[in-house]
Amino acid sequence: MSKYQCPDCGYVYDETQGCEEEGYAPGTEWEDIPDDFPCPECFVRDKPDFVEINE
Amino acid sequence: MSEMNTASSLSSAKDNSPKDNSHWATAKKYWYLVTFIAPAALLATALLAAITGQGGWLWGFTAIFFVIIPIVDTIVGEDPYNPSKEEEVELSSNDNYYKNILYLATATQWAGLITMTYVVTQYSWAWYDILGAVLSVGALHAIGLTISHELGHKVRDKHQTLAAKICSACSGYAHFNIEHNKGHHKHVATPEDPASSRMGESLYKFALRELPGAAHRGWKLEADRLKRLNKSFFSKDNELLQTLAITFVAYGLMTAAFGWMALPFLLLTAAYGWFQLTMANYIEHYGLLRQKSEDGRYERCQPKHSWNNNFKATNLITLHLQRHSDHHAHPTRAYQILRDYPEAPQLPHGYPAMMALAMVPPLWRLVMDHRVVKWANGNMSLVNMDPASKNKLFNKYHNPQVATS
Repeated sequence: MSKYQCPDCGYVYDETQGCEEEGYAPGTEWEDIPDDFPCPECFVRDKPDFVEINE
Repeated sequence: MSEMNTASSLSSAKDNSPKDNSHWATAKKYWYLVTFIAPAALLATALLAAITGQGGWLWGFTAIFFVIIPIVDTIVGEDPYNPSKEEEVELSSNDNYYKNILYLATATQWAGLITMTYVVTQYSWAWYDILGAVLSVGALHAIGLTISHELGHKVRDKHQTLAAKICSACSGYAHFNIEHNKGHHKHVATPEDPASSRMGESLYKFALRELPGAAHRGWKLEADRLKRLNKSFFSKDNELLQTLAITFVAYGLMTAAFGWMALPFLLLTAAYGWFQLTMANYIEHYGLLRQKSEDGRYERCQPKHSWNNNFKATNLITLHLQRHSDHHAHPTRAYQILRDYPEAPQLPHGYPAMMALAMVPPLWRLVMDHRVVKWANGNMSLVNMDPASKNKLFNKYHNPQVATS
């Protein structure tokens, strides 16, 4: 399970947690998120802009 | 606050000069309370009308908004202060103070609406007095939607999100927050955005595109979200219906308390409040266009894609909404840390004066069209133009020599 970060506001999409309020259940893998998925905090960056975080 | 969003933009934000601004930097925290002048003025004028029986007082806040505030703006001038990175940390750590201003402003917004509705319905007024009251409350709604706008961007804060709904409900603008965040910010300064005005498009033509376009987009965005959640559109989780419910209950209670005349008055003030927001949207991105990258996506929104205004008085009243360039480049930045970008395109005046100008399309065009041309360096293919005016504008302004120099 990986994490991906919005390069503008710092929001982190964590695959283990998903993004429930936007309808992406915990465990939803990043590759299953649609390409036009906007950052659910700032909405000015989309999925292709996100950066994978290696912790 | 993420470090990553400051690196590229801080370099171009105006340098802070602590020696010159140290007193202002300290005092500014309390100067934000100027925003309460708006509801206080509406309350005062409503009560003066009731006490004196002079209906002219109901026009009071309209006059303050469109005449007095622009005069004060001119006298007071610009705000030279941008917080340094260290000051940003300090300002953010004081977040509760700045949030409380927003909560109190939400309450005073409702106090203004209820008071004016009471005064209009409980006394006898001529139709032109009531018109003044509608315009005055509408101007207050514009301030209220500014407050709601700031609250609505804090999507991770349940208290601010709830306050945003309560604040938007005041003018019945249920779809505002969702549409603004997920629609307008995502598509700003593109021909696809109904809330970004095009060069050659008058305020009134824009309103006919923006009002239905934004409403449709807001409701659709929420419907799509609920669909992903496998929930009904009429679920209690529909955030737009939640806001609408607050409006229905509040307007219903006022109608029950003040008599049937309250309802048409409230609906008229809401409608004009919506139009006031349309005016704000009209002036914020007029003619500005993001270019498409090779991959077919629009370039990311930069400070140059929003008209900016750095006048001190109206920035305090609108809680830095006019530092719009930074806001659109970094929408999650709290109002107290928004910065001025001197190289961003500048409106010649604060929002109230520019709204008044927008109501007279030939004057607006006279003041703004050449600014758009200058912004595009004479290359009209870089401008967001009204298709109906495209050829005319191209012939009049396109200057390949400037554009290719």
